[in-house]
Amino acid sequence: MTEPLPWLILLPLAWATATFLLGPGRGAWLAIAGIAVQCGLTFALAGQLLAEGPQPHAAGGWAPPLGIALAADGLAAVMLLLTQGVALLLALYARGYFAPGDQAARHFWPLAGFLLAGMNALFLAADLFNLYVTLELVGLAAVGLVASGGGAAQLGAALRYLFATLLGSGAYLLGVALVYGAYGTVSIELLLPLVDADVPRAVWFAAALMLAGLMLKTALFPFHFWLPPAHGGAPAPVSALLSALVVKASFYLILRLWLGPFAPLAAAIAWLPALLGSAAILWGSWRAIRAERLKLLVAWSTVAQLGYLFLIFPLIAAPGPALAAGVMQAVSHGLAKAAMFAAAGVVIHVTGRDTVAGVAGVAGRLPLTLFAFALAGVTLMGLPPSGGFLAKWLLIDAALAQGAWALAAVVIAGGLLAAVYVFRVLRQAFLDAPAVEAAHPAPPLLEWTAFALAAASVLLGLRGMELLRLLSVGSAG
Amino acid sequence: MTANELLPLAVLASSLLPGLVIFALPEERVALRTALNLAGAFAKIGLVALLVAGVAAGEDYVFRYAVLPGIDLVFKADALALLFITLSTVLWLFTTLYAIGYLEGAPHRSRFFGFFSLCVTATMGIAMAGNLFTFFVFYELLTLSTFPLVVHRGTEKAMRAGTIYLAYTLVGGTALLVGIVWLHSLVGHTEFAHGGIASALGEGQAGALKAIFLLLIAGVGVKAALVPLHGWLPQAMVAPAPVSALLHAVAVVKAGAFGIVRIAYEIYGIEFAQSLGLLLPLAVLAAVTILWGSLRALFQDDLKKRLAYSTVSQVSYIALGVALFGPLGTIGGLVHLVHQGVMKITLFFCAGNYAETLGIHKVSEMDGAGRRMPWTTAAFSVAALGMMGAPLTAGAVSKAWLGDGAEAAGMGWALWVLWASSLLNAAYFLPILWRAWARPLPAAWPDEHIPARGRRETAWLLLLPPLATAALTLTFGIFAEAEWSPLAWAKLIAQREYLQAAF
Repeated sequence: MTEPLPWLILLPLAWATATFLLGPGRGAWLAIAGIAVQCGLTFALAGQLLAEGPQPHAAGGWAPPLGIALAADGLAAVMLLLTQGVALLLALYARGYFAPGDQAARHFWPLAGFLLAGMNALFLAADLFNLYVTLELVGLAAVGLVASGGGAAQLGAALRYLFATLLGSGAYLLGVALVYGAYGTVSIELLLPLVDADVPRAVWFAAALMLAGLMLKTALFPFHFWLPPAHGGAPAPVSALLSALVVKASFYLILRLWLGPFAPLAAAIAWLPALLGSAAILWGSWRAIRAERLKLLVAWSTVAQLGYLFLIFPLIAAPGPALAAGVMQAVSHGLAKAAMFAAAGVVIHVTGRDTVAGVAGVAGRLPLTLFAFALAGVTLMGLPPSGGFLAKWLLIDAALAQGAWALAAVVIAGGLLAAVYVFRVLRQAFLDAPAVEAAHPAPPLLEWTAFALAAASVLLGLRGMELLRLLSVGSAG
Repeated sequence: MTANELLPLAVLASSLLPGLVIFALPEERVALRTALNLAGAFAKIGLVALLVAGVAAGEDYVFRYAVLPGIDLVFKADALALLFITLSTVLWLFTTLYAIGYLEGAPHRSRFFGFFSLCVTATMGIAMAGNLFTFFVFYELLTLSTFPLVVHRGTEKAMRAGTIYLAYTLVGGTALLVGIVWLHSLVGHTEFAHGGIASALGEGQAGALKAIFLLLIAGVGVKAALVPLHGWLPQAMVAPAPVSALLHAVAVVKAGAFGIVRIAYEIYGIEFAQSLGLLLPLAVLAAVTILWGSLRALFQDDLKKRLAYSTVSQVSYIALGVALFGPLGTIGGLVHLVHQGVMKITLFFCAGNYAETLGIHKVSEMDGAGRRMPWTTAAFSVAALGMMGAPLTAGAVSKAWLGDGAEAAGMGWALWVLWASSLLNAAYFLPILWRAWARPLPAAWPDEHIPARGRRETAWLLLLPPLATAALTLTFGIFAEAEWSPLAWAKLIAQREYLQAAF
């Protein structure tokens, strides 16, 4: 396995199939082993990138435009690292979360495998059509995961999600077709020199369709309607996977297109994503502040936190730390949100109740879980020394350097609103509430994986240099 | 890594590591928890003693770690840092002893002492921060680690105080962050340096620099409880007495005041701040705070609330000293950082003793308290007289230097402020002393927990810390001219700041 790129896609496909045959018991361990190997491969890839620069790879030895091209640069490597790392901890979490014989577990492992294969392929794909295929794979696997819970409400949420994701990828596909019609190629590399500022109207339309489709999949305000029920209703490991990773995949794609082939068109509409992102931050935070249910609070927080990712677009053309800010936010939110859903899952598992007020009774029994929730909250609020803080610092720095005071103000307001909804939960831990008789004991594996994710999101704040160094490898920097 | 780099880290670790272990300890492991607390506190005293000796001899202790390109986490144990560190380290030991006695048998002690240690770690980080970035990191950490202590009792009232505390400090922290990033984008770094770094920009950026100064001072002013940003402090007095000691003397308000010192001297540079016209507004703000805090203290019947308003007033002496352009005022302000801490912690320890022993929470319940608890009341009296600036106490030294500084700076009105404040201090402290010593014993105490046994008026662990800090109050006053006194150290700092600043 000297060449990690194809294996990052083939390996999860392989264990997904095997876990389907083995069943959830032994299958879980196989999946965990598989993800651990993927982690190793990703680290190897990152090391290679740092040493030798970007890595192209032609599957089966066919060069583009005929073959399936894969390419990895720093940006892809960062996203791959985030995905494998979070997936590994969440797989351990899921192993402890699903009771033996749980119907949901039978579907969870194969679907998670397909999801990871799709995500890894998405980060590595080098042409627009392959990206569409990966997008569909990710979307369908994610819908399957939401539906795997089995309840009526979850099926409703899954259907809504299915509708959104199909509409999103449909719009994207239409855009790809138009691009192909205009230029006769879908290779990102070949498109780069072809697109300039005065392109035919069809290409403008294509770009708009693709962007809108991807925004729908990223649940950017006002396309967020599907996210809270889907993420808030799924089993905790699924919510964590979706909120931490899946929505980042379509964001990654937007970033790729924005910085790549559509860069000449981007300047004209750069304020639109930032405007929607600002609205997402304010509206998502407000709904999180009002939420009665714990997981819904966390899900609305995702809507808000995704907004930050879109604030970078007006700033990204000028030299400065805007891209670094966006990627730092994506990574730290990924870790923190996985931790937060995992912690919420433990609380709900122990009490059997999914309410913010219900936290009060169990706080004394679950100090580690509450601590994990608090650390994840520190990242979401953007307080030091977390990764979220570095992201916020870089974003304000970039905004002030370009005189974009409004963006800085939104970032600031978002941090304070996040403090309101995070402390809504945390204060329960200190309330003098009568201890509730727990329905179930808390498995240490669940508590510790949640804590590990949260700790990683905070410690990222001390390892920002490494992340940025990796990010700067290749075209993205 | 050399020893000079490691020592600042060791100072942080000596409270961080015990804190983390204590979090994991089960509630009933009292002996181990106590041992860890005290081991950390004594280790820190030892390390700080090494640092003090080194810095006096001219050593540099700097640790640097790159977080982002162009942004470093820097710890620098210089003379100014050590003034604050030594104060906090010594008072941390006393507060820990006191808290062990105070919380005996109370629930959630592991959580309490864990966050307590984190608080002290954050304070050390603030003191040793070598740039504004590092300062901010630990400033916010201090907010987060004190919140659980403020709401420790878990009552609705405590929760409300905690929410108010967070609202003030998080909004203040945000202002501070914007100021720091803005300054960073103009200057390219935020290092603390003698003579300041802002002057490199020149008068051309005066407008931006004034706005940044406002943001920074508003940010640290929340913790320093400058009027009108002081609203959280009187509310926070619902917290247990050791937490009040932490808020008022060891960590929080001190962190704010210390921030003002760093920003004025080592970001702006005192000469440049003067030439931008920033010092006079700061002096006026400090004067208003001094008078307003004292006035409000007059009308509080709740003992801890009266003390809290007194803190609002007294901490601004430090800001006033900074704003009095000139070395005399600087010395007065810096030395008051230590003196106020020692005196105010005594008062809060004593207030805690009255509440724990006799159930006294109000000034109007203090009648005869001196006869029942002579030692506690003696300590209280020394500290209260110190606050008024009575001779032979630490407070007298602070006020003398501040007064000289005001005269030297040609700010005669500041002298009047100091005199008025002393009168007000007497007006709200003397009635307490009179009630405690001169009024007859009441028929019954409000809620007597700890019965008197012979000479022991309350638990030893509650009595010894205030006696020790009261003794320090007298020592720092009487031996102010000794070479180991806080005054001598403040002179050393002022000498270094002004010599280097005189380009």
